[in-house]
Amino acid sequence: MPLNNDADATQDELVQLIAPNGERRSNAAYDRWVSDVDDAALQALYEDMIVIRRIDAEATALQRQGELALWPPLLGQEAAQIGSGRALREDDFVFSSYRENGVAYCRGVDLTDLLRVWRGNASAGWDPYAINMAPPQVIIGAQTLHATGYAMGVLADGADSVAVTYFGDGATSQGDVNEAMVFAASYQAPVIFFCQNNHWAISEPVGLQAHVPIAHRAPGFGIPSVRVDGNDVLACLAVTREALDRARTGGGPTFIEAVTYRMGPHTTADDPTRYRDANELEDWAAKDPIARLAALLDARGLLSAEVADSVKATADDVAARLREGCISMPEPQVLDVFKHVYSEPNSWLDRQQDSYEQYLKYFDSADADTAASNSSREVNR
Amino acid sequence: MSPVIKEFRLPDLGEGLTESEIVAWHVAVGDTVELNQVIADVETAKAVVELPSPYAGVVAKLHEQPGTVVEVGSPIVSFDVPGSGGPSTNSPDASADTNDDDAPPPKREPNLVGYGAAVEKTGRPARRARRSSGAAEPAAPVRAAEPVGAPVMAEAPQPSVPAEAQLERPRSTPPVRKLARDLGIDLTALNGSGPQGLITREDVLAEQQKSAQEGSGQQGSDRGVQSAETGGAPASRMNGERETRTPIKGVRKHTAAAMVASAFTAPHVTEFLTVDVTASMDLLARLKTSRAFADVRITPLVLVAKALCIALDRNPTLNSRWDEAAQEIVQHHYVNLGIAAATPRGLVVPNVRDAHTLGLRELADALKGLTETARAGKTSPADLSGGTISITNVGVFGIDAGTPILNPGEAAILAMGSVRKMPWEYQNEIALRQVMTLSLSFDHRLVDGEQGSRFLADIGTILSDPGMVLTMV
Repeated sequence: MPLNNDADATQDELVQLIAPNGERRSNAAYDRWVSDVDDAALQALYEDMIVIRRIDAEATALQRQGELALWPPLLGQEAAQIGSGRALREDDFVFSSYRENGVAYCRGVDLTDLLRVWRGNASAGWDPYAINMAPPQVIIGAQTLHATGYAMGVLADGADSVAVTYFGDGATSQGDVNEAMVFAASYQAPVIFFCQNNHWAISEPVGLQAHVPIAHRAPGFGIPSVRVDGNDVLACLAVTREALDRARTGGGPTFIEAVTYRMGPHTTADDPTRYRDANELEDWAAKDPIARLAALLDARGLLSAEVADSVKATADDVAARLREGCISMPEPQVLDVFKHVYSEPNSWLDRQQDSYEQYLKYFDSADADTAASNSSREVNR
Repeated sequence: MSPVIKEFRLPDLGEGLTESEIVAWHVAVGDTVELNQVIADVETAKAVVELPSPYAGVVAKLHEQPGTVVEVGSPIVSFDVPGSGGPSTNSPDASADTNDDDAPPPKREPNLVGYGAAVEKTGRPARRARRSSGAAEPAAPVRAAEPVGAPVMAEAPQPSVPAEAQLERPRSTPPVRKLARDLGIDLTALNGSGPQGLITREDVLAEQQKSAQEGSGQQGSDRGVQSAETGGAPASRMNGERETRTPIKGVRKHTAAAMVASAFTAPHVTEFLTVDVTASMDLLARLKTSRAFADVRITPLVLVAKALCIALDRNPTLNSRWDEAAQEIVQHHYVNLGIAAATPRGLVVPNVRDAHTLGLRELADALKGLTETARAGKTSPADLSGGTISITNVGVFGIDAGTPILNPGEAAILAMGSVRKMPWEYQNEIALRQVMTLSLSFDHRLVDGEQGSRFLADIGTILSDPGMVLTMV
């Protein structure tokens, strides 16, 4: 049997509602899931994508300027994140990897909180229960287990909210993701496995680890799956809504493979030109998620200069607030390291903190104040 | 609105990079730049990246030429930035502390993902100079160790040095601190002989030897007691010493006192009887299959205990006590049957109350509970007092016989040996039979040889032919 090294071989299976040229494709199965998306809603999706692309660009610049230690860009994956993120209800819960900053934006994350971790100022930037989204998981794929466990809890509570976990194509080779799918299927847990297949697990192309489309694995676990054009915001919205509906009505888990492309580096510390072909980048640039929605809006007369200016103003404002929040973020205090270790008072930790406070008093106060922030200061210089 | 010069220093563009090469400048001195406008291409060990301008302003100076390799932290470009209202005026890049810092930034080692960071050999991670030695403006005392609930392991008593004086813990290493704690030696009282006053293992051992000589003959010194309480292996064993001195205390001390009191007040007589217990063992085997005894474990000890109670009824003087103070002999009309048990804490002899009233099954249950409680170290003092006669089962150690010492206040103690298959006379032939030796010690003040012998013979008769119980009760 010849090996199929191209996990994209079955392009025809992709759910697509907006073609790369901006043409609206009708789809008997999925049109009904977006029948309520009117002109204003389409414009809102467009603005969302512009804004998160701008957040991404600004954060990348901040890293280049020494204000962030690292940043994992989402460039090219805006439709997958906005389409799925905007489908969620407030009481759904997101368990993401480190790249879903667009989803976090949909959840209403504070812009400064979004950067805390990447500036090295905190281990977690926000209160997960404030926006029903867990802090970004850096361990590849671990969040899928958390989501499945949460979904099993939802079942136990008798609620109809849904856990949504985001991960990449590389994570599907991890044990955690496979274990999570076994449990999700066994318990028929209301969880959505949202895989953004962006074609590159750092420098490893997806074809190396997936000889069949990734979505084809899920039925082996007893989980229905769908492949969607991950650069089509409307299609991503539709398939996510369908999966949410299934989960809320006792239908159990769904696996969504959003086929997209990471246009930027893996992180700001990566140089993708060393391992991938410039032609490939060009091919995918032609399928840009924002350009195709812009073309659709334009064709319908929904992208007047007025609208474009308004969207740009929103993006500019978000970028300015993001930058201001980043560079004015107070350095963490030395003793902050003792916070958030235990949820309740702990006498042993109190003692350690007490001893450490006394230790710090051996030094000149100015010296002690700068002790903890020293390393980050060096990075900034 | 006077312009302000803002200096931009090369940041770490990857994770843990030390230097980058300026590949090209996209701006020249005098150019006006927007925020985030690309001003240069920079090549790091990982990638060529575009450098976006951190300020909106006019380029005032390019510090480095294209082709130059620049260390992270070195200034590369300066800007004239409008003095007020600029979005970046409070950038930490221009914070005051960079100006008086003429020394070159510390040499950085490349740290590529997956290789870990090199240990910094200079600067901050080195031990910083202390402000002063203790005396000046002492900080609030370090809170002395105190019991703090569940997670804390047993802590040795802390040296009672006033906390104010103990500004800093004496310099030593964790294993040496452990050693000192085990030996009960106060580190603050020592002068370290190591570098910078480091207290070494030898210092601690020397102190121990010194105090051992000073306090020789002083039984159970505080230090020794601590050593025992911490429960660790005596530290001296590791150091190749030829003897270990352990203070006499606890169960060992009580055991010793009881044995001395018993051995030198009650004149002991010990008698032996070896009996063919094959019939008893057969009985045990039958009981195991009996529904009535399905869920209890009947052992030879249970049978011996029951036999002892029956024999005691016929020979009551074995169940009596010598009351020296009252000059009276106390005859018990009940049996509190003591069982010698080896426990982690040492020898204890808890007793089964009113054992004479218990049937075989109840006796089995009581003995099982008794030994389990003892082995778990949970025997209550009440269970240890008031015994009237005892059994010691040396058979479990593979021993045949011995001369047991009486539990103080009791008139007799029976040692049961192990059950062995031996060639034995059986129906005028030599046969392989199951044989056990019984050793009975009794207090000759209370019990004559005749009574003791009859008692022992009765037990032997029951064990060799359980049916003979019918003739005794």
